[in-house]
Amino acid sequence: MEAVIAIAIGVLFASGVWLILRPRTFQVIIGLLLISYAVNLFIFIMGRLTVNKPPLTLENPVDTGLFADPVTQALVLTAIVIGFATTALYLVLLLTSRGLTGTDHVDGKEPRQ
Amino acid sequence: MSFWADQLILLPILLPLLFAAALVLLSGRQQQLKFAINLTGTLALLITAITLFWMTDREVWPNGVGVYLAANWQAPFGIALVVDRLSALMLTLASVIAVAALIFSYRRWSRAGVHFHSLFQFLLAGINGSFITGDLFNLFVFFEIMLAASYGLLLLGLQPNRIRASMQYVVVNLVASSFFLIGVALIYAAAGTLNMADLAVRAAAMNDSERLLLETGAAVLAIAFLTKSAMWPLGFWLPTTYAAAAPPVAAMLVLMTKVGVYVLLRLWLLVFADQPESLNAISGTALVVGGLLTLTYGTIGLLGSQELGRMAGFSAIISSGTLLAAIGYGEPKVISAALFYLVSSTLAVGAFMLLMELVERIRKPSAAMLALTMEAFAIDDAPEESAGVVIPAAMAFLGLSFFACALIIAGLPPLSGFIAKFSLFHALLNPAGLFIGNLYSAGPLAWGMLALIILSGLAAIISLMRFGVRAFWAVPDAKPPRLHLTEALPISMLLLLCISISIAAGPTSRYMERTSAALHEPQLYIERVLSSPARPGVPGTAGVEQ
Repeated sequence: MEAVIAIAIGVLFASGVWLILRPRTFQVIIGLLLISYAVNLFIFIMGRLTVNKPPLTLENPVDTGLFADPVTQALVLTAIVIGFATTALYLVLLLTSRGLTGTDHVDGKEPRQ
Repeated sequence: MSFWADQLILLPILLPLLFAAALVLLSGRQQQLKFAINLTGTLALLITAITLFWMTDREVWPNGVGVYLAANWQAPFGIALVVDRLSALMLTLASVIAVAALIFSYRRWSRAGVHFHSLFQFLLAGINGSFITGDLFNLFVFFEIMLAASYGLLLLGLQPNRIRASMQYVVVNLVASSFFLIGVALIYAAAGTLNMADLAVRAAAMNDSERLLLETGAAVLAIAFLTKSAMWPLGFWLPTTYAAAAPPVAAMLVLMTKVGVYVLLRLWLLVFADQPESLNAISGTALVVGGLLTLTYGTIGLLGSQELGRMAGFSAIISSGTLLAAIGYGEPKVISAALFYLVSSTLAVGAFMLLMELVERIRKPSAAMLALTMEAFAIDDAPEESAGVVIPAAMAFLGLSFFACALIIAGLPPLSGFIAKFSLFHALLNPAGLFIGNLYSAGPLAWGMLALIILSGLAAIISLMRFGVRAFWAVPDAKPPRLHLTEALPISMLLLLCISISIAAGPTSRYMERTSAALHEPQLYIERVLSSPARPGVPGTAGVEQ
């Protein structure tokens, strides 16, 4: 399972890096999204990989072996929300730039042929 | 007494958030009212910051470290907000620059965008939060608040070149934020905590494999902060962004590079102070070398730039490079000199950013401004030129202010820039103190740093003089521009502050020495944070025991 998730994160991140280096704003924003997915998954598994365990428990005394780390789950929620908001902001910027300059190139002008 | 004193720590975050929320509700037509509310909020913040400054220095709290436990959860379980001398100093610096930028924006810029005032307060909330939080993930949240507000402010007075600069700025920062998150996640995986004080305790007792993970995390995290503080290969976004931003926004951006520097200083001395010598030496050298490369880049850039905006951007890079190199050095004396330099250079570069627009007015009388005002939306009527109090002797004011900024940025006597650089040199050459130990014990890196700082000063004076001659003397039939009181006042305020810290250099340096000494005794900070008890009889902790 570790190998699968590591490869998944790696592929997502690599695709994201390739895309944000592309010249069109749409490619850049998709790249940013892929990177943020990869990062969110990464944060999530930093609480160790567990299967079928609840994050919270009412048992007393608490046995840490029986439940998943809730902290990373809380962190990843925050990171998702913030990443979503800032990416949406970039989307607005992208559309404004498209409207004002008439091109979707990241430099705001078409490169000379 | 102690209860209310503790609540004061929350105010630098709470005040801007409340004011920002209130300002969102007001319609864009009530500009005067919005400005008045914003100014009230920022002044209240300044008073809070000065009070905290005073309280930490007088040691109202033990060791000058005040701790606020959010929602009454004891550290390390809840988020602790911590204010010590360094935080209080940064808070005060931030609110001083904010007051100046806000007053400056009164005449034109605050009307150029609908939500200027709320974004301004949100930006302050983010900056202040980064200064007082004691938790890594909370730091990320405040960073994002600060960045989101800065994205909005950067677009103020929507122009194609601003949008282009913003697109780069936003992407660079979004990627840097991803690195921030990866770093935080790795550190959590290694240490199982995100509280900075707790992290420092656990880092000292780690085995090799955990330590490897922690160091990897710290290195990834450092990329995020070094991007923010514009270290050489990561700082290419800065000159373009600063040149494109509206002057009051650019002044606030100067502050944001200092947030990166602050976090590095804080984490570096808190968490990694007790690390084995080898690691400390490697990463310290890396910081010094990075700082020196940044200095070189800034120097070359400054010599090569023609526009005032880019010149100001490269001055900010030079200031960052000097600070990074000094932090990498890590000696208490060097850090205290660097703190003096930080205050002086932030004030001067901030004033320079504001001055920029006024100086441009000599060269391009009103035409450029008018075009800009027309483009900006949400202006009910174009501000007529005669509105407001016009100050006399505009040319003399501009010339003198420009001269003062140039002196401080280049580090020539008699102003604060000189004192800052002089004490930095003194600390580099005699780390142990004057006449103690070998006088010339400084290593090759220290000599390199000395040479580069002097060279950067020379470059600054050459390029600023070149610009000054062109702007003030070589303009045929220069018409003195109309300067309004609200535009001249903030610049004189910042410069007067620089002058007063050079007159009061003794007390200021002693304060910086106390700050630096406290930073070099992290166990006092750690003990204060971890031993602060939750308040009994208040819901929150009681819930845990059920």
